[in-house]
Amino acid sequence: MSANLSAIFYLVSGVLFILALRGLSSPETSRQGNFFGILGMIIAITVTFLSIGNFSNGFIYVLIFLLIGGLIGAFIAYKIPMTAMPELVAGFHSLVGLAAVFVAISAFLNPEAFNLGTSGNIKLGSLIEMSIGAAVGAITFSGSIIAFLKLQGIMSGAPITFKGQHPLNAIILISIIILTYLLCSTQSSNFFWILLAVSFIIGFLLIVPIGGADMPVVISMLNSYSGWAAAGIGFTLENSALIITGALVGSSGAILSYIMCKGMNRSFFNVILGGFGATEQSTSSVNKEQKPVKNGNAEDAAFLMKNASSVIIVPGYGMAVAQAQHALREMVDTLKKNEIKVSYAIHPVAGRMPGHMNVLLAEANVPYDEVFELEEINNDFANADVAFVIGANDVTNPVAKTDPQSPIYGMPVLDVEKCKSVLFVKRSLSPGYAGIDNDLFYKENTLMLFADAKKMTEDITKNL
Amino acid sequence: MEIDPFIFRLSIFILSIFIGYYVVWSVTPSLHTPLMSVTNAISSVIIVGAIIAGLAGNSQSIFNTSSIFGFLAISLAAINIFGGFLVTQRMLQMYKKKKKDK
Repeated sequence: MSANLSAIFYLVSGVLFILALRGLSSPETSRQGNFFGILGMIIAITVTFLSIGNFSNGFIYVLIFLLIGGLIGAFIAYKIPMTAMPELVAGFHSLVGLAAVFVAISAFLNPEAFNLGTSGNIKLGSLIEMSIGAAVGAITFSGSIIAFLKLQGIMSGAPITFKGQHPLNAIILISIIILTYLLCSTQSSNFFWILLAVSFIIGFLLIVPIGGADMPVVISMLNSYSGWAAAGIGFTLENSALIITGALVGSSGAILSYIMCKGMNRSFFNVILGGFGATEQSTSSVNKEQKPVKNGNAEDAAFLMKNASSVIIVPGYGMAVAQAQHALREMVDTLKKNEIKVSYAIHPVAGRMPGHMNVLLAEANVPYDEVFELEEINNDFANADVAFVIGANDVTNPVAKTDPQSPIYGMPVLDVEKCKSVLFVKRSLSPGYAGIDNDLFYKENTLMLFADAKKMTEDITKNL
Repeated sequence: MEIDPFIFRLSIFILSIFIGYYVVWSVTPSLHTPLMSVTNAISSVIIVGAIIAGLAGNSQSIFNTSSIFGFLAISLAAINIFGGFLVTQRMLQMYKKKKKDK
């Protein structure tokens, strides 16, 4: 196949990838979009085989490795529970990063195969592109591994900070630039390996200080990095499908990071520099014991809801942890049988990744037209009878609107306190991730339900 | 004077960033998780580089250091491609509208 023809096919697959993302503008078109994505991938892979033409003996091994990976991937895709989606996505990011690193290594060792010149005399432009792809890929890999470990709970979600962290990171980042320069001027493979090693380290160091609830930003950011890494390799390989995809994924991740930061009213740098929430705990825990809370049980909650005409449900990460989405859906079914209007309110940063709650509710067969975003539903709280907060905390805290001293001041929150009554399912009175006491706990119209989210929801259903 | 082909690739890159910007803003927030898993899958089109690397070995030595990295990258990318698209598919199947008869 001629180089021009294959370039056109790569362009076609790039366009199909654009359509794949475009399809996600609504759930109806999304499945078709995914199909476009698969088609684009099949075209890209087929064209690559055809353009090499001379298959020789290596072809069978390519298929074997493709099949091994494919089977593992398919197995994971079918087995993974929806609550583990953040971990899965973080894990997948790390694989993209590592694949980019491997392709860059391979291109560096055997530049002839990629038309990049000869070993020890690689074209300058290609070498720079390769270094960028490899470095960003390595950062994506090690960063995603840390994100994965934190999300899995293997590593503590608490931010890990140490003295001199930021200067150290700055030095490493500068050294990456210097190493790239040295690599380009000497073509020595030593610098290439050091560059990779240093990039792995900085990826690790960048994510370690970021706390668990900032994971939505981290995952989006790593998503973006994986795109830029792919684009860097795309430039090296002079492949437009890879360049287009890299740019798409890169900007997609960047936009998601932006949305997540806005959802927390924090700047991107504030999140990246990390350490949030580590210091607040001690100051707020002093005066919280004295305040009275109203403690309720499943019967009280069921009574309140039975007499309501509209209920708004506010899910959060706690619902995912307790796997309570199915129990919740059953409770809502019972409410609906009693002619009670139910809707769901999702805060942008609820959960551990963008859209986390929506997927869990969809899994539990909640129709997506009952699920609303913050701006869509916030005015309805004033007219609702009961707000049922399950596993969410900081995103309902009215302090964000009233107390300029609070670290979360200015963060958009759900106006839960405007409801006639608030039911708050929580395991204990402990403050949320941000370490801030939630005023909502002590309000006159709030009933605290201390229990596991799933068990409490089931108990309420029994009492309805 | 001839224009360096790099400039054309750069143009594709920059324009794609803009396309990505507008397309992603139009993605509904409830589908942000599938968006991430599908971007994961499509960024694994990096497999084309891995295939080139894997097939670069000559017929005497199919496995050399360079091609081994290529083969490994093929597997990694394939995990992502199959896993990414399938898990996206699985998620999207779950998004349903309210049934009329209720």
